[in-house]
Amino acid sequence: MTAAIDHDVILKLEDVSKVYSGTVAVKRANFEVRKGAVNVLVGENGAGKSTLMKIIAGVEQPTLGRILLEGEEVSFSSSGDAVNRGIGMVFQELNLFGNLTVAENIFATREITNRFRKIDSQEQERRAAEFLERLEAGIRPDMLVEDLRIGQQQLVEIAKAVSLDARILIMDEPTSALSAAEVEILFKVIADLKARGVAIVYISHRLEELIRIGDYITVLRDGRITGQEEMKNVDTQWIVRQMIGSDAKDFAKADGHVPGEEIFRAEDICLPRVTGGLAVDHVSLSLRAGEILGIYGLMGAGRSELFDCIMGRHGQATGTIFIAGKKVKERDTTRRIRRGLALIPEDRQREGLVSILSVASNLTLASLSRFVRLFHIRGAKENQAVTQMVRELAIKVADPAQEVSSLSGGNQQKVVIGKALLTGPKVLLMDEPSRGIDVGAKADVFRTMRRLSRDGLGILFATSDLDEVMALSDRIAVMSNGKLTGMFDRAEATEAALVAASALGHGPVPAHGEPRP
Amino acid sequence: MTDIPAKAAVASASNGSVLLTLMKARTFIALIAVLVFFSIAAPNFLSAANLILMSKHVALNAFLAMGMTFVIITGGIDLSVGSIVGLCGMVAGYLVLNGIDLQIGYTIYFNVLEIALITLAVGIVIGAVNGLLITRLNVAPFIATLGVLYVARGLALLSSDGRTFPNLVGKPELGTTGFGFLGAGRLLGLPVSIWILVVVALGAAYLAKYTPLGRHIFAVGGNERAARISGVRVNMVKMFVYMFSGFCAAIVGLIISSELMASHPATGESFELNAIAAAVLGGTSMSGGRGTIGGTIVGAFVIGILSDGLVMMGVSSFWQMVIKGLVIIVAVVVDQAQRRLQSRVTLMQMAKAG
Repeated sequence: MTAAIDHDVILKLEDVSKVYSGTVAVKRANFEVRKGAVNVLVGENGAGKSTLMKIIAGVEQPTLGRILLEGEEVSFSSSGDAVNRGIGMVFQELNLFGNLTVAENIFATREITNRFRKIDSQEQERRAAEFLERLEAGIRPDMLVEDLRIGQQQLVEIAKAVSLDARILIMDEPTSALSAAEVEILFKVIADLKARGVAIVYISHRLEELIRIGDYITVLRDGRITGQEEMKNVDTQWIVRQMIGSDAKDFAKADGHVPGEEIFRAEDICLPRVTGGLAVDHVSLSLRAGEILGIYGLMGAGRSELFDCIMGRHGQATGTIFIAGKKVKERDTTRRIRRGLALIPEDRQREGLVSILSVASNLTLASLSRFVRLFHIRGAKENQAVTQMVRELAIKVADPAQEVSSLSGGNQQKVVIGKALLTGPKVLLMDEPSRGIDVGAKADVFRTMRRLSRDGLGILFATSDLDEVMALSDRIAVMSNGKLTGMFDRAEATEAALVAASALGHGPVPAHGEPRP
Repeated sequence: MTDIPAKAAVASASNGSVLLTLMKARTFIALIAVLVFFSIAAPNFLSAANLILMSKHVALNAFLAMGMTFVIITGGIDLSVGSIVGLCGMVAGYLVLNGIDLQIGYTIYFNVLEIALITLAVGIVIGAVNGLLITRLNVAPFIATLGVLYVARGLALLSSDGRTFPNLVGKPELGTTGFGFLGAGRLLGLPVSIWILVVVALGAAYLAKYTPLGRHIFAVGGNERAARISGVRVNMVKMFVYMFSGFCAAIVGLIISSELMASHPATGESFELNAIAAAVLGGTSMSGGRGTIGGTIVGAFVIGILSDGLVMMGVSSFWQMVIKGLVIIVAVVVDQAQRRLQSRVTLMQMAKAG
């Protein structure tokens, strides 16, 4: 570790661990933040970056370990504590109040009031306008946040953090929904903050970005810190090596089986957005038995919404779907599952699992009718299916009667997959199947996908991870702004082409969510 | 590296700290405590006659609490059960006395069995109204059942202009006699209402544990979105629990009218609160997903024995209310403490293992 002369350490984490029910998110991490510099933090999905930052920002409390701010031990019991000590954070999940205006969001909990404790909206809006000005976003402070495009919301979040006048500013993937032009503006703002001596912690997946603006880099893998260096001493290879480690990404090789007949087709799927426009915009695609079709796109591109439409979760969606050439007339999820569709949702906790039920109950939840005689669940038959699935997917669980929330993220994901498989699907929709799970579980999940496709299942999987989509898919579809903007065979797909297609419609002229009178 | 969480989970599963076990069995401990206390403090408390009488009192609340348990497990609440008790009692009383006038010079009189079935159907229909309001019109359960509470009570009062239907003996020539059997009859030495309670409770417990519908009730309460994506017909499940709650309330309406041989329109006022209390005392979580029929029955017994015992000791009814309230609060506080303790133990183990 090299200490530069002019960049003092302002914040230090010592041996910090954080455990959630089921997962050890951060293991004995030591992390230093330097003044007047961009401290970059990288790692794969689920490596523990966001958790580490939430600990610094006081949102989460470390289970073990201590935090030193300018050499003095501190503990933040809430984010308010951290803000008082000069630590601000731009969250990855937007922490904004959609029903309030931009100015009200920026000054939430620090409202500007007059003598009579009445909120001075004019003053708030005037000051908010100053911050927004710097971000050149064309956002009016009196607009409601829910009417803004997701990228604009992210800018509001950034403006809010900047307005804190923080000594340490944490940015968790601030660019994930920004257009190229907006990213440039953000970098200007960062350079400006740096010049004023602010310590910036910057998290991103985009290596080019990191190398461009970073001064120090820390790499996290599987909750552990695997490397800490000055940026000028490292290159992309070094970063990737630290991120992936010795056990390089195991994508399970293709076995070269040839896909069969068309098993699924979607025609003209449309889903209106609440704020106007279409979240899914006339998407048509087809899938063959035994084929893995990857759908690549950035956050908010409409991938999850497309899956929701296919599963019949939106009454107002239009378009038709076919399974094995036959039109699916059923419009509700229950009967679509019976027709052979199954969804592995993106958000495991909110949509995938009933966390207070047991592993076994979760596994069989979607397929109970298979084990029923008259109205009685035959326990023996159910147990047999559960045991088999636990073995097949290598779910690490001592006793299937355990609550599912006690499993690690990867094993929880396997339970969600097992639940879908027990319904005997013909077409499997997987939304970000590798999000937030460890390397070993990822490899298991990918192997399972390969095995299923060999057995003749059609798999549609959505991801925002380029490597993943390139390595696993037979064909790659790209979505942007609700539209299908590209369809490539694996042979002809290049990363550049995919990225270009995923940015279509995200140009400097925003298509949706512009202020309407 | 990846087997650490699994190991920690094993450790937590086998962690049998005494405190946790005691906390888990708290309702049972409370039941034994009140039994022991009153058998010492109140004379005649343990006599067979008194125990049977208490059981009859407890049964009424236990029926409502079972229906309430399913509703609460799905994450809802049913405030209308007390009013359904009143209205169903009035329906039964009206049918015994007046039959149904067909407006063409004839009046149909039903026998007691038919009256019971019609009354149960009324309870189920009111439950269905609750369910429809909640599932189709998206009214919050609290508001929907609060509305139905008033409507049902109003209808009960309207049915007799606020008067009691007295003397439901029935007339032999019309075949309407025998209404008293439900409330006063005995089979094998035990009151009929107790037998009905046993049957309904066993049925409900079986439903909760061994049928897809039961599983779905828990899944809906545990995570409605996940249940929906897994193909659970969430609306049907919700319809069922409110209809079952209405059914249970109708049983109580029948039993009370039959015991008194009279129907009073104000019967059942604030019964819903006792039912909620019993369910919560029995370990049902108000946020949904957790609860058992057995626990609820034990909870109903704790509350029932507490109030009957205090009456026998001559404690003022005002103090009884205070004590009942404290018991409920303590039960929930202990419940929360148990959850926190349990999760902390698990987390610390995992942190150390990691």
